[in-house]
Amino acid sequence: MRSVFPFSAIVGQDDMKLALLLAAVDRTLGGVMVFGDRGSGKTTAVRGLAALLPALDVIAGCRFNCEPDRPSEACGTVCNHTGGAGQAPAPVVDMPLGATEDRVVGALDLERALTLGEKAFDPGLLARANRGFLYIDEVNLLEDHLVDLLLDVAQSGENVVEREGLSVRHPARFVLVGSGNPEEGELRPQLLDRFGLSVEVQTPADLADRVEVVRRRDAFDRDPEAFLQAWSGRDSLVRDQIAAAQALLPSVEAPDAVLEQGSRLCMAVGADGLRGELTLLRASRSLAALEGRAVVSEADLRRVAPMALRHRLRRGPLDDQASTVRIERAMDELLAA
Amino acid sequence: MRDISVVWADALLAAALVAVDPGLGGALVRAGPGPVRDAWLAGARALMPAGSPWRRMPVQIEDERLLGGLDLAAAIGSGQRILQRGLLAEAHGGAVIAPMAERLSSGTAARLAGALDDGVVTVARDGMTERLPAGFVLLALDEGAGDERPPAALAERLAFLIDLEGVSYRDALPISATAEDILEARLALTRIDAPGAAAVEALIAAAQGLGIDSLRPPLQALRTACALAALEGRTEVDQEDLGVAARLVLAPRATRIPAPQPESPPEPEVPEDQGQPQESEADRPEPADDPSRGDDPSEALNDLVLEAARSALPEGLEALWLSRGKTHAAPSPGPSGAGARQVSLLRGRQIGVRRGLPRSSSGLDVVETLKAAAPWQRLRALAPRRRSSEAAGAGLKFHRDDLRVKRFELRRDSTVIFVVDASGSAALQRLAETKGAVELLLAEAYVRRTQVALIAFRGFAPELLLPPTRSLTRARRQLADLAGGGATPLARALEDGRTLALAERARGRTPLLVIMTDGRGNIALDGAAFRTRAETDALAAARRIGVAAIATALIDISARPRGDGARLAEAMGARFAALPYVEAGRVKDMVRALDPGASA
Repeated sequence: MRSVFPFSAIVGQDDMKLALLLAAVDRTLGGVMVFGDRGSGKTTAVRGLAALLPALDVIAGCRFNCEPDRPSEACGTVCNHTGGAGQAPAPVVDMPLGATEDRVVGALDLERALTLGEKAFDPGLLARANRGFLYIDEVNLLEDHLVDLLLDVAQSGENVVEREGLSVRHPARFVLVGSGNPEEGELRPQLLDRFGLSVEVQTPADLADRVEVVRRRDAFDRDPEAFLQAWSGRDSLVRDQIAAAQALLPSVEAPDAVLEQGSRLCMAVGADGLRGELTLLRASRSLAALEGRAVVSEADLRRVAPMALRHRLRRGPLDDQASTVRIERAMDELLAA
Repeated sequence: MRDISVVWADALLAAALVAVDPGLGGALVRAGPGPVRDAWLAGARALMPAGSPWRRMPVQIEDERLLGGLDLAAAIGSGQRILQRGLLAEAHGGAVIAPMAERLSSGTAARLAGALDDGVVTVARDGMTERLPAGFVLLALDEGAGDERPPAALAERLAFLIDLEGVSYRDALPISATAEDILEARLALTRIDAPGAAAVEALIAAAQGLGIDSLRPPLQALRTACALAALEGRTEVDQEDLGVAARLVLAPRATRIPAPQPESPPEPEVPEDQGQPQESEADRPEPADDPSRGDDPSEALNDLVLEAARSALPEGLEALWLSRGKTHAAPSPGPSGAGARQVSLLRGRQIGVRRGLPRSSSGLDVVETLKAAAPWQRLRALAPRRRSSEAAGAGLKFHRDDLRVKRFELRRDSTVIFVVDASGSAALQRLAETKGAVELLLAEAYVRRTQVALIAFRGFAPELLLPPTRSLTRARRQLADLAGGGATPLARALEDGRTLALAERARGRTPLLVIMTDGRGNIALDGAAFRTRAETDALAAARRIGVAAIATALIDISARPRGDGARLAEAMGARFAALPYVEAGRVKDMVRALDPGASA
């Protein structure tokens, strides 16, 4: 298996990197959808993030990554939990194209059924992704029934399996990260709305940036070990930053004035529903935590508003697509008032 | 224009480079089946290390074969789940040959692209999850005629785009390099010094000058330069390597011809980019000052590399192979979304199964059902029979949970083809409303999987402004500037509409033709401006549409209809409506009425 390009060595792409970090800090944000051209480094960023996530406290060997003091009900039938408390890297699970449903949700464990005559559950991708990230490259190529299933589980945080005579439910709380190329077709709005944040990435246009991207990639391809070594310091800074932010997050406060500002912004741009407002607030808090501040500021709101709202704007089919511009304009008007 | 001997030599060189550095991904070869293509493939194969896998991939390959799946024979025999490796894993260390690459579905293309990126294939099927090594080079053979192009996601990952059209068998001399040369070069490649900043910058500047957005091509060009140096046994990349790399990798991807001599040497690329309307990415404003740009030597290198690439360009942008210009725009290969094209067909490649009982709309998939049941046979044979309904005796034992049904939809997907008269004074308003209708249709396309295409006609030739697409983004981009006015080549427009409709039908879609005209053409089929001949030609073209039995609506857009439109509609067997003021919403409703699937 090939090594993973370090997250901190990615040139530019600030919106995408920020969105992923915010989602890593506050896992209730609802995931990230990344739109972008071919070759703009979507997959690289997600894989890179995997290497940065702080380790989880788990029951050693648990196939659902259960917390030591809160084993899930399904664990009893699958893992024995003889391991006691331990740590495991936070999972970042790739959804392979062409995966069949039984491997996604899990199925009857055939080996045990055959050899021991036991009816046991063999966990699928959703179990592995619990407490981590589930990444779907090219969301628009995934079969519709799998997309529906994933959305349902992402929403409820629980995977319910009723098949082959099994009846199992287990926690499946994961951050859904999707990527897609808008030229390959639109996403269904219902699907888009389920993602907390949405960012657009573009290939850098600046010559110096482009040169830097290619040089780093070339250096990495030549000698991955040395490259990883060179960037490990910066990567571990980001890792510490995420861990510190996760610890700080519960105590981050949002002043009433900022809350009000957020509501007004949502009304001004016509963002559908309360999800937008809630995401805006959570993303702002997550940003404050990431920067080590205990109070959310207006600047936080401003920074995250486009990614929290741009995919929720009500618009006629004939409207121009520049949602980001609309949000920024509304921001300017509100703040000037 | 193209020197055939250079084309062939470059094609062989590309094959050698891919053999030296499989990290280059492979090559996309545009050539029909025949001795020339076979000669190239034979040359490429001769360079691979002896005994390395060489696998031909059928274009409609199923996941089962491509990725791998349950070994049915082993499952029935031993009652165990044994993974049968797919074609990608089998090709590890060798090559995958993909004929008819232009017909690859975006789903298959994405699976290939994923394996090319990671060098592994992840199988999560039939109760097994495994990662298998799958490092291969892909030699994709594009036989596409007309607008069909291989999926862009795939072309992007292959360093070399080779066009063998025009190369005759006499030109196709055998390759002189041998597999031993390649092994030596592979060894030399590990000792190549990293190319310096100036080399990287020269390739990126050349890519930018040629209107290439993605950063993969310059990266591939850089690797190509290293492989070239390795082929010659050098440890350093020289200027010529960079020039050849630019010619091989960058030139075929050019979307514009760079300005011949930049007038202001310090920052030629920046202003050029901003002036190019068809390249939306390069359009974005960028900071004017650029600290890394600099001194004269690097400037000279940049020019040299760009010049090398330019020399390989055809003279007109129209002729550029993968140009993204309007008339040559590559249609996205089939709709996205789980291979909707196949899902909707009641026959053809099957793309999925799901657990369930067979009903009228979905058939039992015998093999999948067998596969589901097979691993259980030993256990079931041991278990005491619970119900009398279970078959006694030696046969396979099926449970309700084993049943798998094929996934079908009742409706075929449709492609709405607008053929719009853009001549005359009211053309602009009409085009704007048509554009509105296109967008309204696409806005709900995620439900209906409808694709939309637009042919506008004015002056002497109709133009395919929007190749069939499902993407709103793409439609907006391409319909941004529509011009109107001029003469009316109605007959040719009808012919073009029919041709596109038949092509869509051949792809397994249902074409719906919507023609907006006043029915009064004044340019004949051969381009001559004779009104009478223009009218007979148009009528004949209309009859041919009728014969082809294409679902058609004709919207008469003249202020005072004089019966020309109605006559044409009759010849086509089309629905007819007089709509002096074309209005987006009504056009959309008409299309919906025409679509047999709309009510399903």
